[in-house]
Amino acid sequence: MNADVIVIGAGSVGTPLAMYLSEAGFRTLVIDAGASAGQGNNKCAIGGIRATHGDPAKVALCLDSLAVFRTWQEEHGESIGWHQGGYSFVAYTPEIAGSLRGMIPSQRQAGLDIDWHDPAFIRELIPGINPEGLLGGTFSPKDGSASPMKSCYAFHARAAGMGARFLFRENVVGIDNRAGVYTVRTNRGSYQSRVMVNCAGSSAREIGLMVGIDLPVVPDSHEAGITEPVRRFFHPMVVDLRRAPGSSNYYFYQYDSGQVVFCVSPDPLITGTDHRETSAFLPQVAARMVDLWPSLANLKVRRTWRGCYPQTPDGSPILGQVGPEGSYAAVGMCGQGFMLGPGAGSALARLITGRPTATDLMVMGSMRADREFGSTEALK
Amino acid sequence: MKQDGRISSHPILPSPGGKWVRFYFNDTEYPGIEGEMVSSSVFATGQRVFGHHPKDGSPQGMFCANGQCSQCTLVIDGVARKSCITPLREGMRVCTLEGLPELGTASREFFKPPVSIETDVLVIGAGPAGMAAADEIGRAGLGVLLVDDKDRPGGKLVLQTHKFFGSVSDCHAGTRGVRIAEMLAGSLAAHPTVDLWLSSTVLAVFSDGVVGIQRPDGYAMVRPRRLLVTAGAREKSLPFPGCTLPGVYGAGAFQTLVNRDLIRCSSRIFVLGGGNVGLIGAYHALQAGMTVVGIAEGAARCGGYKVHADKIRRMGVPIYTRHSVISAHGGEKLEAVTLCAVDPAFRSIPGTERSFAVDTLLVAVGLNPVNEFHTRAVEFGMDSRLAGDAEEIAEASAAMFSGRIRGREIACELAPATSACPVDWSGKAEILKSPGGSVLPYSPPDLRSGVFPVLHCTQEIPCNPCMTSCPKDLIGTSGHPILGVPEYSEGCIGCRKCVAVCPGLAVTLVDYRRDPLNPTVTVPWEFSDDLLKTGESVEVTDWEGEVLGRGKVLGVKPAPGYPGTRLLDLLIDSLIANRVAGVRVQAASVTLPLEKPLETLLSDDAVVCRCERVTAGEIRKLLRNGVRDMNHLKAMTRAGFGACGGKTCRTLIESVIRSEGIPQDEVTGFTERPLFTEVELGFFAGQGEDA
Repeated sequence: MNADVIVIGAGSVGTPLAMYLSEAGFRTLVIDAGASAGQGNNKCAIGGIRATHGDPAKVALCLDSLAVFRTWQEEHGESIGWHQGGYSFVAYTPEIAGSLRGMIPSQRQAGLDIDWHDPAFIRELIPGINPEGLLGGTFSPKDGSASPMKSCYAFHARAAGMGARFLFRENVVGIDNRAGVYTVRTNRGSYQSRVMVNCAGSSAREIGLMVGIDLPVVPDSHEAGITEPVRRFFHPMVVDLRRAPGSSNYYFYQYDSGQVVFCVSPDPLITGTDHRETSAFLPQVAARMVDLWPSLANLKVRRTWRGCYPQTPDGSPILGQVGPEGSYAAVGMCGQGFMLGPGAGSALARLITGRPTATDLMVMGSMRADREFGSTEALK
Repeated sequence: MKQDGRISSHPILPSPGGKWVRFYFNDTEYPGIEGEMVSSSVFATGQRVFGHHPKDGSPQGMFCANGQCSQCTLVIDGVARKSCITPLREGMRVCTLEGLPELGTASREFFKPPVSIETDVLVIGAGPAGMAAADEIGRAGLGVLLVDDKDRPGGKLVLQTHKFFGSVSDCHAGTRGVRIAEMLAGSLAAHPTVDLWLSSTVLAVFSDGVVGIQRPDGYAMVRPRRLLVTAGAREKSLPFPGCTLPGVYGAGAFQTLVNRDLIRCSSRIFVLGGGNVGLIGAYHALQAGMTVVGIAEGAARCGGYKVHADKIRRMGVPIYTRHSVISAHGGEKLEAVTLCAVDPAFRSIPGTERSFAVDTLLVAVGLNPVNEFHTRAVEFGMDSRLAGDAEEIAEASAAMFSGRIRGREIACELAPATSACPVDWSGKAEILKSPGGSVLPYSPPDLRSGVFPVLHCTQEIPCNPCMTSCPKDLIGTSGHPILGVPEYSEGCIGCRKCVAVCPGLAVTLVDYRRDPLNPTVTVPWEFSDDLLKTGESVEVTDWEGEVLGRGKVLGVKPAPGYPGTRLLDLLIDSLIANRVAGVRVQAASVTLPLEKPLETLLSDDAVVCRCERVTAGEIRKLLRNGVRDMNHLKAMTRAGFGACGGKTCRTLIESVIRSEGIPQDEVTGFTERPLFTEVELGFFAGQGEDA
């Protein structure tokens, strides 16, 4: 055996998972096609971390993740760009206001610190926001943001320091399962273990098929951008759930070092793994952001990029044991792999190492691969 | 109005003129010229420090003067803007940028909503290659959109006050670059289907086949049938301690300040790099009345043409071959540089350090093609070509020719009636691209009678104006018609056209007819007359700058038909007359080093990413820890995340990787992303409050 566990994918989920497995003393081998950690969609994430979800299982995972991001610098000394600025979903239509307010009781019940606020509060929170038609919004002050890249490399360094082996620039081409032993074949070699975890992000379905499971994970693509840095002028992630021609919601926040990072969800969704930038994105998102907050007009856009949301039909991940014995998956993060990663990684590591908590079992029970993918998460 | 920080008289360039306006720099009122770039207005006041970096408080100043690097950002009317591409307006309030800027809350500019446009051919860059290509395509009646980020066409031609090499019939050899730009623009104006967009920056090539262009009035999304990238080149740099001090510039930035805006940006200059760019930069500095303390070249011989290097030496500038600059010194701005001898592997030789007091260091260590739009376009399946420096670094004469060839090829494809490229074009293009070739023995004639030219030119270079200018056809070559070294055969009538036309200033005329013991030597003169007084004696040198003795100034006359060059007649002793090739314009004493070399920092302290202030040492440490992905280096150090988009640091980081002995193919490069330059969100939103 080359390892106790082989993790396929050194991204937002695979890297913290490898860290927790190594911490538990498991020999862990991580295989990734990229040149270093997080080169798939982790680095395309904009960095928002919220427990503000509609689904209690996600709230639980993200509360765990938040604790990891919040305390990382304190515990490990290095900055991952954490800033606890909160999340604010703003409402300009009665429908959105109603939906946001309707979720608050169950969110609070799941342990979330969240409130509904009037326009005056929101205008103080987001100074300069367009007051016309503003009905108010939510604010969850414990949410925050961090650098996906810095976090992923920090998890990678810690995992490697604890003994995990990372193989980069290796493409998995096939997986054999004989007598409870998985042989993972890549373009460079083959590796064996009794446990394998699919953390393959956009490629989750292909990897799943190699062990005979059809995981309903279909990536769609979203574009994002970052501006020049300026002195801090607001704190929360601002989310506008309104629809407009060509886009549904969009959101932005000011990163730890001053840049504003923004992202828009195309409407209809663009299915596929195309990472190439389109000309439609900037005019679309800029018009919406400047309309919401006119003084953003002077902020200079520095770079744009496109990344994938590996979606499941109901907007919730697949997490836990899937298919044959020894096969696990942490996939279908629906664009939330970065914020779910440490929580999902630690829960799965506890399951693999035989010490799941009651909450872990609740969470993974609702994130089973063979569930009915019927309803859709409200704050997907 | 006169201002000390401006060049009030120049031997080649007219004063820029324009309307004087008032502006405020850190609340003090200054005059400036309306429409000039704010950076130049600020330089003219004598200011060199544009702010301090948020990370370490290091002083920031001009570096590229080309809208790329963002080092010149100032707070202009409340908003942080790149001052080298922001035109000055009456009453502007300009402040240094201390740390991070505030979110600008000043009222927004008005922009039109984004527009979508289709065209036959989009040509990016209206320099020599782009204009020549657009001329060919426009001649075929096809629609051409030619875009350039500057406010006038010509690219770097507008900075080239010197006469061009090449061949007269193919690329206007012997004519100054500034004039060639006007000629090319004139021929474009004759084609009704050529649309020239100035002050328009290409921001990105997108996967949907659209090229995003920032026009002054709004965003244009252009879908071309063919793309031709003639975006030229960007300057390479070298990492050494102090390399980001204000006063250390790319040679292009210096030429922009001096030759485009006539700003007296320096008084004492050192040049790093003995290629044509560095040599010409030194010449332009001398013409602008500045002292050139020396030129350092790492190789054993200057990479530029020998005639260029020789002419600089003759003027009194030492060229230190097998030397490099190992440190720039100064607090808020450059005060000195330290030079060190290097071995053939370019390693410094300890104990050879010398320091020189200078206020400017020109870094001219080569160019890289600006070809990223082409690379992206090909990746996205678009039909895209390259021409000029964007394809292969060479002289502007070669760029014009390659643009013409590429333009004709595209015209033939889209308008089949167009006649194909003449068969000899590609051969000529190759010749114009050739760097300096072998150097033949130099032997000035022994004649002591009559009148004749002396050709102080012994290197095979693509240049032939002396041959084509002689009315009696007495200058020819036994070598290649363009590359061959010129040779004179008897019969000179003393017309002095060869003296006036030579781009290398390497032809003199010796006339023994009036006084065989004290013949008249005519040398070309492209400096201010203030340096000469009729009747006084001046130091004269041989072809490579060795002082031969003195000569008496008889007078300076214009050379009809050769604007800018004048002819200086000197009375010279017949013993040295045939060997006299030029006149010293600066005294040897101004080029001396300081008594003792200054303390230098370690090479690990050199900043490789100037936007984010990342040192070579930080990069080296990560490489030694096994990092082999430049994206990993970027995430850990922020090198490459800055405003310039990795344009400056990429090659420097690559040089650190090489210096660690790591093969290039083991390291994954930066991921390329749009935008090419930073642009306000309000611009893309296409709306504004004050129309």
